Amino acid sequence: MCYCRRRSPWLFHMNSGSCNGCDIEIIASLTPRYDAEQLGVRLEGSPRHADILCVTGPVTHNAVEAIKTVYGQVYGPKAVIAIGSCPATTNVFIDSRTLAGPLNLHIPVDVFVPGCPPRPDAIILGVAKAAEILAARGNKPAAVATEPEVVGECTNCTCCEANAKEVQA
Amino acid sequence: MNILITSLARLLIFPGLVFAVPAAWFFLWVERKAVARMQGRIGPPFMQPFYDFIKLVGKDTPQRTGASGMLMKAWPLIAVSAAAGAVGLLPVLPASGGFQGDLILLLALLEVPSMCIIAAGFSSRSIFGEIGSAREAVLSVSYNVVFLLAIVSIAASQHTFRLDALAQLPASPLRWLGILAILVCLPAKLHLNPFSLPNAEQEIYSGPMTEYAGPELAMWELSHGLEWVAATGLVATLIAPQLTLWWVAALVFVALSFFIVLLLSVVASATARLQIDTTVRFYWQCTIIFAVLAVASALFMRFRA
Repeated sequence: MCYCRRRSPWLFHMNSGSCNGCDIEIIASLTPRYDAEQLGVRLEGSPRHADILCVTGPVTHNAVEAIKTVYGQVYGPKAVIAIGSCPATTNVFIDSRTLAGPLNLHIPVDVFVPGCPPRPDAIILGVAKAAEILAARGNKPAAVATEPEVVGECTNCTCCEANAKEVQA
Repeated sequence: MNILITSLARLLIFPGLVFAVPAAWFFLWVERKAVARMQGRIGPPFMQPFYDFIKLVGKDTPQRTGASGMLMKAWPLIAVSAAAGAVGLLPVLPASGGFQGDLILLLALLEVPSMCIIAAGFSSRSIFGEIGSAREAVLSVSYNVVFLLAIVSIAASQHTFRLDALAQLPASPLRWLGILAILVCLPAKLHLNPFSLPNAEQEIYSGPMTEYAGPELAMWELSHGLEWVAATGLVATLIAPQLTLWWVAALVFVALSFFIVLLLSVVASATARLQIDTTVRFYWQCTIIFAVLAVASALFMRFRA
């Protein structure tokens, strides 16, 4: 069962106010050059079918309820990937009055894939990591606090430091 | 007693469940792999449909209450059992026994999964499910006319509704015309491009399946795979030459089904989805010519005989 979970991650892609850059990179990771289907990845249209929720964008006020609803619609065991710097740190939109981000204030995030936008290979690595977490966690409740994984290279945008101060304050 | 054992063996072992379930996964894999290869990708590993099935079975089951919840739980199970029964009826092995009218039963069982899909979409009460179900209903009214006329014409030319009698027919132009008409209907029956309207992703999410999750979705995947086996198997038994050795017959059946799956997948990946009105026009105006020709020549052959 664990092995099957690891080998068959179905994604649901959710945009929470993204500029569309990361969304294009998610699609790019499914195209012939990167071909994420080799790992069993399928991009599903319905959150009910998905195992992994891929969130892009800096989480605007309007998107918060939608994200919580969709997170509830994914049946467990499930995992969440924050794709791009925006859901991780709100990126260049930090301090904007239209934002309610970052994402982990609202739902538990398992893997961060930073980058603006991240490369498709980083996204695929993130999906593989998330699938491993999913397989290891199984049907146990997601409340078990695990340190989120960070995948890919840091772009040294210093947003995380600023954001950490923000969250602490 | 002997008949009972034979029919149980057909239903449960070959070409029934023990053969049909792995074959369903295999055909689902062949479809995905062929589409991937056509797009210049490598595609999923061989065991992928099996992994998907096991994973879906292990997911949480949605809580459903009330009559519509019970119905939603029932539809995928009915679809799987009907599709498995349809596979079990196929006259693959020589002298495997059959009965007068088993063709009618096979056609009815082949139709049950699509009825279940329509009902499931409406009982899920999701807007996407309802659109998908409406499309499936329109589609099944369109292709079934051609599909049934083609099969009935083959049957009428031989005065029989026995499947094994039809499978042993000598090749004739009429039979090939009928097989061609059936092949044109298969993409619509299996929801493949260019007729993948009911589950049109990017448009209406997953259509009737939108609200399904976990083990119920696994049952839908399985019933889709079994539909693949039953529909391609029907064509394969009509094409297959008459053989006496049982294992040669089984091998020829599997090989022919495989090539039909490959053909349908290549067509699916080479085409784009048509609109619903174009699809209906295609079946009612263009393809029905095949069916009318087939029925006309069948009647003509009967009058001459």
